[in-house]
Amino acid sequence: MPKTHNNRAWLLVLPVVISVAFSAIIPLMTVVNYSVQDILGPGQRVWVGNEWFTDTIRDKDLHAAFLRNLLFSVEVLLIEVPLGILVALGLPAKGWRASLALVLIALPLLIPGNVVGTIWQIFGRADIGLGGYFVNNILGISYNYTLEANDAWYTVLIMDVWHWTPLVALLCYAGLRAIPDAYYQAARIDAAKPWAIFWYIQLPKLRGVLLIALLLRFMDSFMIYTEPFVITGGGPGTATTFLSIYLTNIAIGQFDLGNGAAFSLIYFLFIQVFCYIFYTIIQNLGRESN
Amino acid sequence: MNTQQRSTLGSIAIVIYFLLLLLPIYWLINMSLKTNDEILSGLTLWPRNPTLDNYREIFTNEAWYSGYINSITYTVINTVMALVIALPAAYAFSRYNFLGDNHLFFWLLTNRMAPPAVFLLPFFQLYQNVGLFDTHLGVALAHLLFNVPLAVWILEGFMSGVPKEIDETAQIDGYSFPRFFFRIFIPLIRSGIGVTAFFCFMFSWVELLLARTLTTVAAKPIASVMTRTVSASGIDWGLLAAAGVLTIVPGALVIWFVRNYIAKGFALGRV
Repeated sequence: MPKTHNNRAWLLVLPVVISVAFSAIIPLMTVVNYSVQDILGPGQRVWVGNEWFTDTIRDKDLHAAFLRNLLFSVEVLLIEVPLGILVALGLPAKGWRASLALVLIALPLLIPGNVVGTIWQIFGRADIGLGGYFVNNILGISYNYTLEANDAWYTVLIMDVWHWTPLVALLCYAGLRAIPDAYYQAARIDAAKPWAIFWYIQLPKLRGVLLIALLLRFMDSFMIYTEPFVITGGGPGTATTFLSIYLTNIAIGQFDLGNGAAFSLIYFLFIQVFCYIFYTIIQNLGRESN
Repeated sequence: MNTQQRSTLGSIAIVIYFLLLLLPIYWLINMSLKTNDEILSGLTLWPRNPTLDNYREIFTNEAWYSGYINSITYTVINTVMALVIALPAAYAFSRYNFLGDNHLFFWLLTNRMAPPAVFLLPFFQLYQNVGLFDTHLGVALAHLLFNVPLAVWILEGFMSGVPKEIDETAQIDGYSFPRFFFRIFIPLIRSGIGVTAFFCFMFSWVELLLARTLTTVAAKPIASVMTRTVSASGIDWGLLAAAGVLTIVPGALVIWFVRNYIAKGFALGRV
């Protein structure tokens, strides 16, 4: 659709800019302020330049937390995206069953993060949780997420898959419903196999919603805080200390404002750059295939 | 394997998926109906002596139920505000080119990418300085940071699906812009507004870090009230489970109302 050039459209956008800028720019400036100064007390501050940044970049624990979080995000995407597509393909298309399925599948999305954490904290316990009891006593695998690093990791991962696969599935479901029937009729005339329909019709048509799903899931899994904090508190050891947990430990726990702020800026920048590159690549891919 | 077998297999897989999806929620409901003695004395698949005491405690104790009222209040304020300011902006993005529009759009989206942990302390100081600390309005405003960009994004997609000829015809017919916008345009994108409201409600309802940091007493969200269940004698599991179950209810109601819109689609326009 050709758009008219009209700079007065800024007036319509202004409320959004003001309200978002209030909560975005002022705090961001404060963070920048912290990151270049050493604040010793009220009114006592020393300019330190890029000292906090060099400190932060050399921090070994930070590197570990970063890699851990990256691995987590990759695992989350590798599981949730294919699983979400499969679920969306299997959901009923219309009728009361479709309504019921949509309501049920959206339930985990509407549970506050700390309650999700609580649910899995209870569910995974060997004494009072069904899941933990089942794995320990019926499968006979020793499992304790408060002591074993691997168990804690799998618990958080499975919890995230449980929590967020529905988002991917819902987006894909909406994308599938938007494919006109004519495409399927054409495929039937060509006697196309189901996988061919999937590969040549459904998957290309899902490109847009999959882009959103990937971006949302990457950003949110890279910022994950509440759920692992409730279940494991970042432990055992540092097994589930993701970036946000590490950052909060530094900034709030140790009240190390300079390091915390420098860390925040690098963190924020990384997510932005990653999303921008990703967004551009997908947009270009789409243009080529059209 | 023929088509019939394949679809049966698919149905079975879906049913299993739903069972796994609901199992942890069932377990929470199960625990909320038990006494703590029963929870700690051994694993039972359903409550032997179902009790509503945990729920009674929540509904009669103001410290508990005020948490729900606070959470719902700021979530609703946030959803309404997000929609009201995002609608004209999304219209501008879908209809006009203007100076810096693409940069502005990406800048809006970057705010969705800011890790909340980054902004905790500055937020606390800012909201305390402007006198919005511990108010519903304060939390609602803070949540606009991630909800407004999302609302603009989704609404813009829906609006781009409405042909521009409709705007032009209305103008020729002598409709003023506000009248056109409210009487013709908004009804056309009703489903988009439904989906957007659902998303804003959802992200504001589940957000905890900012809501907890910006409140102490008067606007304390239910999620931070839940930490009350931890006491010297250990965790009150039954009460914790009941409080958890009740946090699912408002969301379940909202999704029930927008279920038809969800199916209709996020799949329009830019989305």
